[in-house]
Amino acid sequence: MTVDDTIRGVLTDHARLAVPVESLADDTDLFGAGMTSHASVNVMLALEDAFDFEFSEKMLKKATFESIGSIRTAVTEMTAG
Amino acid sequence: MTTALTTPPTMTSGGSVSARMAAIADEVAGPASAEVDAQARFPTETIEALRAEGLLAALVPTALGGGGATLAEVSDGLVALGRRCASSAMVVAMHHIQVACLVRHGDNPILRDYLGELSEQQYLLASATTEVGTGGDVRSSICALEVADGRFRVEKQAPVISYADAADAVLVTTRRNAESPESDQVIVLCRPPTLELEQVGEWNALGFRGTCSTGFVLRASGPAEAVLTEPYSDISTRTMLPVAHLLWSSVWLGIATDAVELARKFVQAEARRKPGTTPAASVRLAQTTVLHQQFVDMVGSSLARFEAADADGDKLSSIGFGIGMNALKVSSSTLVVDIVRECMLICGLASYRLDTPYSLGRHLRDAMGAALMVNNDRIMANNSQMLLVHRGE
Repeated sequence: MTVDDTIRGVLTDHARLAVPVESLADDTDLFGAGMTSHASVNVMLALEDAFDFEFSEKMLKKATFESIGSIRTAVTEMTAG
Repeated sequence: MTTALTTPPTMTSGGSVSARMAAIADEVAGPASAEVDAQARFPTETIEALRAEGLLAALVPTALGGGGATLAEVSDGLVALGRRCASSAMVVAMHHIQVACLVRHGDNPILRDYLGELSEQQYLLASATTEVGTGGDVRSSICALEVADGRFRVEKQAPVISYADAADAVLVTTRRNAESPESDQVIVLCRPPTLELEQVGEWNALGFRGTCSTGFVLRASGPAEAVLTEPYSDISTRTMLPVAHLLWSSVWLGIATDAVELARKFVQAEARRKPGTTPAASVRLAQTTVLHQQFVDMVGSSLARFEAADADGDKLSSIGFGIGMNALKVSSSTLVVDIVRECMLICGLASYRLDTPYSLGRHLRDAMGAALMVNNDRIMANNSQMLLVHRGE
């Protein structure tokens, strides 16, 4: 499974979006698509479990979880080392 | 955009903002407080006095015609007001919270001009955040903006808009548009003559009776530029929530401070009657003074935490800062009740009776509202979520 597939899987299970995850573009605003801050916490926890890492403190902000693209950038950075 | 509130004061006349608020607290708000409470009426004379002193624009930068005061100065002034009339202080706190949102996030010419007009005319701002059907969750809206031909329209069923009848404008949270999910909110400035308020019910509550927090159906329209560009979630995180918790805490500290002052006077009067014997309640007074000092220091350190986070832009949005500001609200709303209750034990029946100089009935009734206005259980639920991902740094 690719990184993107995993991210989309996590969003399907935890983001509670108003639209289907398949319809999201790479840069679609997830908060604009209905992800609440509560749901974003669950997305974050599920991503940490799926990729087996911990987001760094500086990544724990809204911008990191804004879109599939921004999540991939963060995941790639955290799993690179 | 995040500016002002932590820049040095440059008030031009008659002493500091906090000193002038304190003078109005003693001379105007205090004498009117019993009637405001008994009749559950708006503290008109207090707001008029603040207006005459230009203090409703205290937080507006001087470049826009305001007082350029810091949040700490307004906090000090609210402690003073809270000592004399907690309803007045709460109204003024709620107003300044809205002003702070406009100052820090009202980033287009129409909203900048409005702040100039607010300073000149000394407008009072109210807020409509809660909505019928959202179960008290201010971070979701059902009503939605309709924007067409450069103008917005909105209708909101608001279970509470405090002092709406006395306000010159209302800041309203709403969904961004009819297609937006409930969590995608914006704030819009609604003002007469295109603001219509239909009152629903009465405000007859245990405390904060002068805030006149009745329900309304709000209908408004106006220029599309009256909508703040930034999402409400960001404005809430960076300004509305921390500033609200700081200023509410200042009001509650005022209530606690007056209760401790009455308790101290009571114990001192006892001591004068029987020189040589320490009054029975003096140890409890000493213990209560410890609690009160915790409260004073917590509000002071929380103001410093806000200023430090504000100086380092990213910190305002950090999980640790959010948890800290929520902890402040829960802690201060708990402490105010604890302190008033201890003071009642110190003053005994004199505090329980409604006709003595040591009566603490209104203090207790007002204090009990603190944990309920944004329920502490909801705030703890939010913090418990954030703690799942907090790194403790």
